[in-house]
Amino acid sequence: MKNLKWRVVLVVVVLLGGLVYLTPTFTSTLPPWWSKVLPKEKIHLGLDLQGGMHLILEVDTDKAVENYADRVAEEMKETFRKERIPFTKVERTKKWDVVVQLAGAEAQTPLAKLVEKDYPVMKLVGAEGVAEGAMQVTLTLQDFQVNHIRKMSSSQALETIRNRVDQFGVTEPDIRPQGEDRILIQLPGVKDPQRAVALIGKTALLEFKLVAEDVTPQDVKEGKTPAGVKVFPMKHVDSKTGAVDMTQIALKDRTVLTGEALTTAEVRLDSQYSTPYVGLEFDSEGARIFERVTGENIKKRLAIVLDGTVYSAPVIQDKISGGKASITGSFTMEEARDLAIVLRAGALPAPVKILEQRTVGPSLGQDSIRKGLLASVLGGLVTIVFMVVYYRASGLIADLALILNIPLIMACLAAFGATLTLPGIAGIILSVGMAVDANVLIFERIREELRLGKTLRAALETGYSRATLTIFDSNITTLIAAVVLFQFGTGPVRGFAVTLTIGIVTSMFTAIVVTRIIFDYLLLQRRVRTVSI
Amino acid sequence: MQWIRPDIDINFVGMRFKAFVLSSLLILLSLAAMVWRGGLNLGVDFAGGTLVQIQFQRSTSPDEIRNALSDLGFAQSAIQQVGAASDNEYLIRTDLTTSELADLSRRVEESLGKAYGQGQATVRRAEMVGPKVGHDLRQKALFAIYYALLFIAVYVSGRFELKWATSGMMVGVLIIGVYLLEAMGMSVSYLIVGALVVTMGFCWVLKLPYALAAVLALVHDVLITVGIFAVTNKEFTLEILAALLTIVGYSLNDTIVVFDRIRENVRKVRKDEFKKLINDSINQTLSRTILTGGTTLLALVFLFLFGGTVIHDFAFAMIIGIVVGTYSSVFVASPLLIFYQDWAGGGAARPRKKPA
Repeated sequence: MKNLKWRVVLVVVVLLGGLVYLTPTFTSTLPPWWSKVLPKEKIHLGLDLQGGMHLILEVDTDKAVENYADRVAEEMKETFRKERIPFTKVERTKKWDVVVQLAGAEAQTPLAKLVEKDYPVMKLVGAEGVAEGAMQVTLTLQDFQVNHIRKMSSSQALETIRNRVDQFGVTEPDIRPQGEDRILIQLPGVKDPQRAVALIGKTALLEFKLVAEDVTPQDVKEGKTPAGVKVFPMKHVDSKTGAVDMTQIALKDRTVLTGEALTTAEVRLDSQYSTPYVGLEFDSEGARIFERVTGENIKKRLAIVLDGTVYSAPVIQDKISGGKASITGSFTMEEARDLAIVLRAGALPAPVKILEQRTVGPSLGQDSIRKGLLASVLGGLVTIVFMVVYYRASGLIADLALILNIPLIMACLAAFGATLTLPGIAGIILSVGMAVDANVLIFERIREELRLGKTLRAALETGYSRATLTIFDSNITTLIAAVVLFQFGTGPVRGFAVTLTIGIVTSMFTAIVVTRIIFDYLLLQRRVRTVSI
Repeated sequence: MQWIRPDIDINFVGMRFKAFVLSSLLILLSLAAMVWRGGLNLGVDFAGGTLVQIQFQRSTSPDEIRNALSDLGFAQSAIQQVGAASDNEYLIRTDLTTSELADLSRRVEESLGKAYGQGQATVRRAEMVGPKVGHDLRQKALFAIYYALLFIAVYVSGRFELKWATSGMMVGVLIIGVYLLEAMGMSVSYLIVGALVVTMGFCWVLKLPYALAAVLALVHDVLITVGIFAVTNKEFTLEILAALLTIVGYSLNDTIVVFDRIRENVRKVRKDEFKKLINDSINQTLSRTILTGGTTLLALVFLFLFGGTVIHDFAFAMIIGIVVGTYSSVFVASPLLIFYQDWAGGGAARPRKKPA
């Protein structure tokens, strides 16, 4: 008797808990006292239900390592000059090998010593004589450094993208690393996926380079460029027609300043034509460099290069102090705003590639919810009717368990912060099937026991205890499949595995515990002699 | 109400040879269909590619859409109507996955806007999966199915024959072996097929008939379901994989209920002949098997009919799986125990029991 009371308490507590967790999902405004102590998490809807975008990006970490090796090669030139090691060329060749050409073989030993002392990240891999007295030494980045840069660039890319998305203004974005060099991004409810992709995927490497004034357009055409000069594409936008025209321009390879020196970037409006442009501000170090370079190169041109494309190359009229600059280029308001965001959030350490992109429009999501619910309700109703027809009063008891099962699953979803997806709705329907299965097992067993001539009470007792074992065994195996599915799956499939798992557990609870309480109550409290089964 | 009479006594075990022929035939047909089709019709999840779902305001045809999209390089695309005819919804699929296709949905909408008039066609869903991701997912899918089967084998041997240690060790060896072979760069599909065969061999040698029967029945269910996807040339997507794994769980559910009864009956009636014992166990649980299969099937039929385009094929796979799974737990899994006993000799397949 006491036993029954405790079981009732347990069920009531579970149901109340479920109710508490469900409330935030079904009311739009929660009283303030509620949000303080009680859960306020709503059930998350998957992207397939509420619409939005799912992206998987791959960070080109090789490129990040190559960039690093480039920088090391540049530094080496400086050091070799200082240490008076005669060299003719220092250059990164394939991947992150750096080849040093020495004027004489005798320079090899001091070079090896210097590398060991000043460049512990590099190691010597080969040396060969190339010509009379000349020597070619190949260095490469140590593996630990390569791995370190890979890791750093992945995590930095993740951080940068997070910053950009935050500033873009998406509610509840989900951005996380996946594997070693992949980033998973989920943006629910994004209205303009294209714009979001452009914003997230832009490398946004801002560089200032001096124009190589002595190279004529003719030279550029013929590909005759002196050492230290490189040809870049340049974008011209006709401010009236908006037509884009690409030309070529020769720039000095050496970068004067990069976007790293920026403290802020914001959209401003040109006072004359009220066209938007992006205003930049440098930190003190950057401002100093900018002042010096502009002072030294008056009447020459300084190019603003973004991701390898020249946006403008204005003539320096005067020394610019104060660390301010601007990027113009006939932007629309939206483009200017996005450019400012990516410049503020910083450049990606390496380019990213889109491996997977999925967009679901909000209308399809709503359709899916509506249809999923319709199918669930119909399926559920037919099952409920069937149980009553087949098992009479006992079927009614099973139906009660069945109906309790659904809010319990929803409550668990809210409590665990799980995501409800379309396959997840299918998972709920299936677990309704499971809940029925448990009761069918129990009732069939009870019928068998009754046939053996047992009293209702005895039949119930054996029926429940025997069937519980079977239910347990058979559900555990489904649980194994669900857990593997969870491990494997992404997005919708994972949502399905979660709902299925929750459904298995709650259906065991309602089908075994709840129905048993009702039977016990009828038999023990109300002294009912027969229950149709 | 009672549809299946309590004293029902169908000689299922006697039909085991016929069932064996039928099952073998179905599996062979499935394999043949897969070979004939040159593999499954993999969806963009697994094959890589681009999928766009478009809703039109008026009725149209695949050819008209193809014309409208001709300048986007969609000549090779498959265009297919989905949902009810009145919905005017179409799926367009291509193998292209370049990064320029990132703004594909906008360009599709633009091109269709030109041909059909502004706002006449809306992109409702656009999915682009790179070939690398597709390849990774294919491998992961095979591993997922294999590991699910393996863990189930441990549980079954443990619960029904108390052979936790033996089966646990077997799985340990298999996992390490598979891991090493994969690290050595072996093709994953061959690896998994090989591993499955080795697993069966282990079950046989280590005398784990229950695990052997259960896993074989599951492979049977999965193969036939996949085979029907090959025959109908329906797309095999991530959702279908989820369905397959659920079928594995569900079909096993059925099998376990029968095994559980066998275990119970062995304790009760020791003198019974093994064949009769198994047949009785199947008959005693038959009513439950059919009722549960029936109600689940009913729910799935509603999902199939009303669940919308995205869920349609998922429900289709589940329906096949439930039918095949119910059949296999009656006609395949339990009779396999008898085959095992006949071939391995002795009472090896009898569950352990306390000495009398």
